Amino acid sequence: MPAPDATAVQRDVTAFIVDNFLFGNTAEAPAPATSFMETALIDSTGVLELVAFIEEKYGFKVADDELIPENLDSVANLAGFVVKKAG
Amino acid sequence: MSFSKDVLIIDLEAEAQRIGGEIRRIVAHECKRRGLVVALSGGIDSSCVAGLAVKALGPTKVFGVHMPERDSSGETLGLSQSVSTTLGFDSTVEILTPILEGFGCYQRRDEAIRMVFPDFGPGWKSKIVLPGLDGGELNVYSVVVQKPDGTIEKQRLPLKAYLQIVAATNFKQRTRKTLEYYHADRLNYAVTGTPNRLEYDQGFFVKGGDGLADVKPIAHLYKTQVYAMAKHLGLPADICSRAPTTDTYSLAQGQDEFYFSLPYAQMDLALWARNHGVPPIEAAPVIGITAEQVERVFRDIDQKRITTRYLGLKAQLCGAVPEIAG
Repeated sequence: MPAPDATAVQRDVTAFIVDNFLFGNTAEAPAPATSFMETALIDSTGVLELVAFIEEKYGFKVADDELIPENLDSVANLAGFVVKKAG
Repeated sequence: MSFSKDVLIIDLEAEAQRIGGEIRRIVAHECKRRGLVVALSGGIDSSCVAGLAVKALGPTKVFGVHMPERDSSGETLGLSQSVSTTLGFDSTVEILTPILEGFGCYQRRDEAIRMVFPDFGPGWKSKIVLPGLDGGELNVYSVVVQKPDGTIEKQRLPLKAYLQIVAATNFKQRTRKTLEYYHADRLNYAVTGTPNRLEYDQGFFVKGGDGLADVKPIAHLYKTQVYAMAKHLGLPADICSRAPTTDTYSLAQGQDEFYFSLPYAQMDLALWARNHGVPPIEAAPVIGITAEQVERVFRDIDQKRITTRYLGLKAQLCGAVPEIAG
């Protein structure tokens, strides 16, 4: 699998969030830097859903000590994390 | 008021009298029922509610239900019966295990645990836990198992397994509530809910299970105050000195590892500080943790309020029905 670039990951993650959390309402899609937790868009169960999504899509396992806001709490953080892990 | 452990001290007799008046008003006028059903778990909260109910209505207007099941601690039934005996009200024992087997509660839960531990089965024990205060990780549950040889293993729960374990164990709280309402309907009584303030505020209950009730007499009291009230009401010493437990999983599980960031005495102070705008640097020495840890607990309090809001919501309407009061 070719290493994903950050722009493509941001696009894929945003599409997953819009489809899975917002029932297709693109007007509510989060900006790349928006904190999921602070805006209450995604709770801890939602984090598990995001983890399952990126593990499946990009073919790696997220370790316990990687479950931190710096890796998972915004579209941009997720993209940076995926590029680092899958690159 | 400056922040210290004393902020949780209340006039217990005055508060018991005030709660008693509220119980009488709510049961007689809001619910139009003739008494109260209390589900007794042997824990401090339900015991305290039973004490307040008896003080408010008298022992002949209170009915207790003891509902142990396969995973309950061996001491649960004896402790809960000591409360009804001490306070002198009628009660009955409902063994939940066959009902829960009928629902497939244990089988569905074990099937979910086997997604993570494929050999899980008879002789194994389990519980689910959150990361501790210092991990820095997001609130993602892990399952802890004890094998028949006594060894302990822990694995993070993937989404499907986590949701199914919670869904299956929620049968326990919902089955208990069904039986409480059976007895309440039979007696024309109302049903009590027994959350303390920590549980009520932070959404530590099952919707339609222990979260369902007609009156919640101690939802405004911090857990420290509930312990003090139980002692004031003359409840058995074994009840008043017992550490909080969920009594839901087969491995012993403290509430602080299942849900709250800290043991209750510290969590009470953290919640009071959060509610009264006490800065972390001032709260830290009183709670006995660092200011950074207080900040993390405050964030966790805020986050749980947001994520559990759904649990307290009544059914939402898609159009107004102004003739029916909410």
